Amino acid sequence: MFEETSFLVPTNYYIILSAILFALGVGGVLLRRNAILIFMSVELMLNAANLAFVAFARSMFNLDGQVFVFFVMTVAAAEVAVGLALIVAIFRSKKSIDIDELHSMEG
Amino acid sequence: MLGTILFFILALIAILAAIGMLTSTNAVHATLFLVINFTCIALFYLGLNAPFLAMVQITVYAGAIMVLFLFVIMLLGAERVQLNSTLRWQVPLGIVLVVALMVVSAVVLLSPEVSISLPSVAPVAADTQSEGSNYGFGSAQAIGEVLFNRYLLPFEMTGVLLLVAMVGAIVLARDEAGKTIHNLNPQADSESSAAD
Repeated sequence: MFEETSFLVPTNYYIILSAILFALGVGGVLLRRNAILIFMSVELMLNAANLAFVAFARSMFNLDGQVFVFFVMTVAAAEVAVGLALIVAIFRSKKSIDIDELHSMEG
Repeated sequence: MLGTILFFILALIAILAAIGMLTSTNAVHATLFLVINFTCIALFYLGLNAPFLAMVQITVYAGAIMVLFLFVIMLLGAERVQLNSTLRWQVPLGIVLVVALMVVSAVVLLSPEVSISLPSVAPVAADTQSEGSNYGFGSAQAIGEVLFNRYLLPFEMTGVLLLVAMVGAIVLARDEAGKTIHNLNPQADSESSAAD
């Protein structure tokens, strides 16, 4: 019994770590000017949220949180596919993916 | 105790990998830092009684999505990334805002109101069963049972979503209509220019 419980980490630790990773993802979106790196920061934020979901799922002893993480992963995969296609299309017309240079809406 | 030590080591690696991604000047290096981060998160899932999600995390995130990122970076030849922005005041302001967000979220999450509503340490061991299920908590069988009973409609919707995303990606990423065919067939190209 002691060996089983000694491996359990309090849920609070996971939540704090999730908050730190989320804040770092926000920092990436705020500080980086490259569209691909901004996308990666969004992925980091999604993963931080997923970590909180799984931690709460264990804490509440409920599988709904884990199923929701599954859906978040699916949506993230779809988002990455469309987003990277958009980046490729923008790079074709502008020859750059620096978002500071993308201030006009003309193609 | 051992679990907590492992947690802190993994958390340190995850945070350092995230910072490495943010400060890297090479997009390929940033992607590889993010793979380290995602692998750490997969290991956290293993410690949180979610072995199925840990495997999905490695195959889908660290595998498929990151390979897609690497593909696009190398396809565009956009490895070099400059750090400095055109707006000088943006970097210090961004750092201040991020630190403020970190502090505020930590204070809110550690406040007694939130901590009381949370069961402090989960009573979940690896072999305990979730309610109404014959399988271990977080195993592939238990997830499948929930996914295909209570969440059947959302599951079908994700199939539609993935189809839409696939079609959208093809439409967005292809060349303008007809251009590729002309390039593959120079005779037709010269004929059309002669007709012009």
